[in-house]
Amino acid sequence: MQKLKYERPFIKKLNAGVMNKFATGNQSNPVTEIDGVPVKKLITEHGSPLFVLSEKKIRRNYRAALRAFDTRYPKVQFAWSYKTNYLNAVCNVFHQEGSWGEVVSGFEYQKAIKNGVPGNQIIFNGPGKKPEELLLAVQNDSLIHIDHFNELYTLIAICAGLSQKPRVAIRVNMDTGTYPLWDRFGFNYENGEAWSAIGKIIASGKLQLVGLHCHIGTFILNVSAYEKATTKMCDLAMRCKTDLNNPIQYLDMGGGFPSTNTLKGAYLPGIDTVPSIDDFAEAITTTILNFGFKQTELPLLILESGRLLIDDAGYLLGTVIANKRLSDGRRALVMDFGVNTLFTSFWYDHQVSPAQEFNPHLEPMTLYGPLCMNIDTIRENVNLPLLNAGDQVVVHKVGAYNMTQWMQFITYRPGVVMIAETGRVELIRSPETLEYVEAMENQVQYSK
Amino acid sequence: MKIKSNIATSGNGFIFNPATGDSFSGNAIASEILAAMNRGETDEHIKADILDKYDVRPDQLEQDWEDWLVQLRAANLLEA
Repeated sequence: MQKLKYERPFIKKLNAGVMNKFATGNQSNPVTEIDGVPVKKLITEHGSPLFVLSEKKIRRNYRAALRAFDTRYPKVQFAWSYKTNYLNAVCNVFHQEGSWGEVVSGFEYQKAIKNGVPGNQIIFNGPGKKPEELLLAVQNDSLIHIDHFNELYTLIAICAGLSQKPRVAIRVNMDTGTYPLWDRFGFNYENGEAWSAIGKIIASGKLQLVGLHCHIGTFILNVSAYEKATTKMCDLAMRCKTDLNNPIQYLDMGGGFPSTNTLKGAYLPGIDTVPSIDDFAEAITTTILNFGFKQTELPLLILESGRLLIDDAGYLLGTVIANKRLSDGRRALVMDFGVNTLFTSFWYDHQVSPAQEFNPHLEPMTLYGPLCMNIDTIRENVNLPLLNAGDQVVVHKVGAYNMTQWMQFITYRPGVVMIAETGRVELIRSPETLEYVEAMENQVQYSK
Repeated sequence: MKIKSNIATSGNGFIFNPATGDSFSGNAIASEILAAMNRGETDEHIKADILDKYDVRPDQLEQDWEDWLVQLRAANLLEA
């Protein structure tokens, strides 16, 4: 006689509290394949944990974002935010689509050059540019976004002996009604610092002020903040033309557009609360178009969106190492990936799906990583089916910041594959090895 | 292990503790085990029945049995 399918016994307390009137979809439906490739096959061939990126989704996201802006405004340019995900395979998808490169360090600058981005299509942001990096950017005719007065004077000094006048912009910070105010970057609009920096650039005679840049924050959920920022940027641009006779060629509104991840502490899932890219595009473009620029003098609109374009194109596959009960009876799972791999679990309640079929019983549980550290918690409370050791899961919307902010800590960093539009699976970053981790260490000659 | 004598169970997985007013739902195998415990069957007998009937390794069942008892204890359903 064939035996029945087994499931471990469990009971769940029924709470007669007030029901949540906001219905949410069942997020624990199994996800057995990504872009047609079975999850089991990916793990069998490339190990667990494993990051998976979907080329199809990256391109779809990019095209949707571009469409949101270029159907509303005549001159739009995207620049891929390298820090969001600077795996070359990812950057090159964006460059193929027409994106420039937006970098915030000499290291990222070198990556963009190596990826074949023309120097004049690299935007060099950030507060930590070194003199030799600035010189390289000047020589390559890159767009240098000045962050502070020290950088401004360094750049003027660098240009003293050069015939070339670098193309620069200043980063402007401002009050847009959001908290916190990102005033640590750039020059402030309200206190006149930005205008003063503009004046010094023009007066130096060594630099060409071609643009204005801002980046008002990250994961901004308030569309009106962009409207306020755009108004202030347009005001500066207009004054550059009328007061200084220096028309501005572009406004770089930065990024900060949210993905549909759910922020920790949010009452409703991100999918229900995050404004669409069309909402942001409408606010920004309408403000510029209504500001009073002549049609022929409309500035190029640059956007440096990162997270929005890649987050939902990334998945993390993992495996259950153990399940256990905590002292108060709560269920806990130990996964084979932790906060060292999934850095964004500090910010988001990531959606986690089982990668195999289960019956519909769900149990509230805590997901821990494999690190012998108390902070290693992936989800404090999530409803999942009765997973057993060896079962696999898919973590969603992990494409942004994880493959750059991950840490080589206690365990190796896992491999990354990209599923090409053709369905072919490409290993775009190998999992780390002991040799790789120790490659930069040197032998020490001990005295004993 | 014995569950408290006043615990009411139904065939479809509903469990009620009249002493505390707490109610619980369980999966099919939980109902089956509770019914057996209600009848006074021993742990060993219940586990042997499960091994006969279900596709499960003895070590897995042993592990899950420990977990089951923790759940019953946390739910205050076991005799002291």
